[in-house]
Amino acid sequence: MAMEVDVRGLSCPVPVLKTKEAIKKNPNEEIMVLVDSQVSKQNVTRVAENSGYSVEVKSVGDEFHLKCKKGD
Amino acid sequence: MKKENLFIWFSGAVVGLLAVILVLFGNPLNMGFCIACFERDIAGALGLHRAAVVQYIRPEILGIVLGAFIAGYASKEFRPEGGSSTITRFFLGILVMVGALVFLGCPLRMMIRLGGGDLNALVALLGFIAGIAVGVYFLKSGFDLGRAREQKTFSGWVLPIVMIGLLLLVIVAPMFNAEAGGPIFFSAEGPGAQHAAIALALVAGLLVGYLAQRSRLCLAGGTRDWLLIKDSYLLKGFIAILAIVFLGNILVGVLGVTGTNTPAFNLGFEGQPIAHAEHLWNFLGMALVGLGSVLLGGCPLRQLVLAGNGNTDSAVAVLGMIIGAAISHNFMLAASPKGVPDFAKYAVIGGLIICLAVGFLNKEKA
Repeated sequence: MAMEVDVRGLSCPVPVLKTKEAIKKNPNEEIMVLVDSQVSKQNVTRVAENSGYSVEVKSVGDEFHLKCKKGD
Repeated sequence: MKKENLFIWFSGAVVGLLAVILVLFGNPLNMGFCIACFERDIAGALGLHRAAVVQYIRPEILGIVLGAFIAGYASKEFRPEGGSSTITRFFLGILVMVGALVFLGCPLRMMIRLGGGDLNALVALLGFIAGIAVGVYFLKSGFDLGRAREQKTFSGWVLPIVMIGLLLLVIVAPMFNAEAGGPIFFSAEGPGAQHAAIALALVAGLLVGYLAQRSRLCLAGGTRDWLLIKDSYLLKGFIAILAIVFLGNILVGVLGVTGTNTPAFNLGFEGQPIAHAEHLWNFLGMALVGLGSVLLGGCPLRQLVLAGNGNTDSAVAVLGMIIGAAISHNFMLAASPKGVPDFAKYAVIGGLIICLAVGFLNKEKA
């Protein structure tokens, strides 16, 4: 079961920090990040990719679910 | 180079270029753009303060909000949201303005001043970085102002509509209270009387608002993200502004171009346009702006852009800045080229203390 990080409604740079924190705590697990803005989507994707994750984006209504998997 | 990196360099460069052009066409020296000064001028034009030399409805500000609004709709990113410690943001907006008016500029003007050789801006930059570093400490220890939630679409339109109203006011300049000289007050002399034509200023603002929305340009975000996660994306825009303003000023001199005001590169502390050389207060004033901006999630420019994109919390921060400007001038907290008044010093210290309290009191429990 992927760890879930819900950063909806939080403004920059908190979503990025929470994603980094989750990555640090669960270095090998899949992480699901829930965001609700393009800015957060881009920032979280950038930080996850820089940490060696591949990111799969799913649009759900006004939100995005970012599935971050280790390796690519 | 990655496309996104190219775009932030480009956005910063356009902002820098427009800053030089606006001075040539009439804006005050080293003040092609200044979000804080221009919001202060708007507060004055509306009669919220009576500092007669800084009253004008600056179309740049209106343009930035409306440009971001257009970019938001064009990119389908427009999103009415709010409710993240709104009242706290209002007061942070006030404090950011108090700090900016002690230094005499927002972070954007700080870079523009630096590009003009004003070394006081370098002192201020150090303070700004120090303030951001304190903000980063709070972020690292779990600071946030809470979640925003989706709002009715109309809420996101309110500030853009107000900006259209202000545009009408600057064009019409109604005068039905002739005895008082208003209701709209425009400076007859001083910085408030120096401005580019309405159309040029508006188009420049629209461009900056559009580009800043697309690129996420933020003058505080660059240093913040670098200190926080070694991310240099936003820093590129920050550096591009400085580089282009510097080159632009040099080029204007080399080519012998003259304008309504002629920008120049003039290295030094003394005799800089609309500036003073009280180092401690330049440092602390911008430290307050840096810290306040990190707590708000972005610099004054970014607040305008977010507000245009539907963020009602940022819209309230913008209103806080406008009220902050009125308070600054009415309570004699604003510096001038003559120096920093005593009250301003207490206000900056008080502002820093309040920001520290906001930082400590808004940590998420682990």
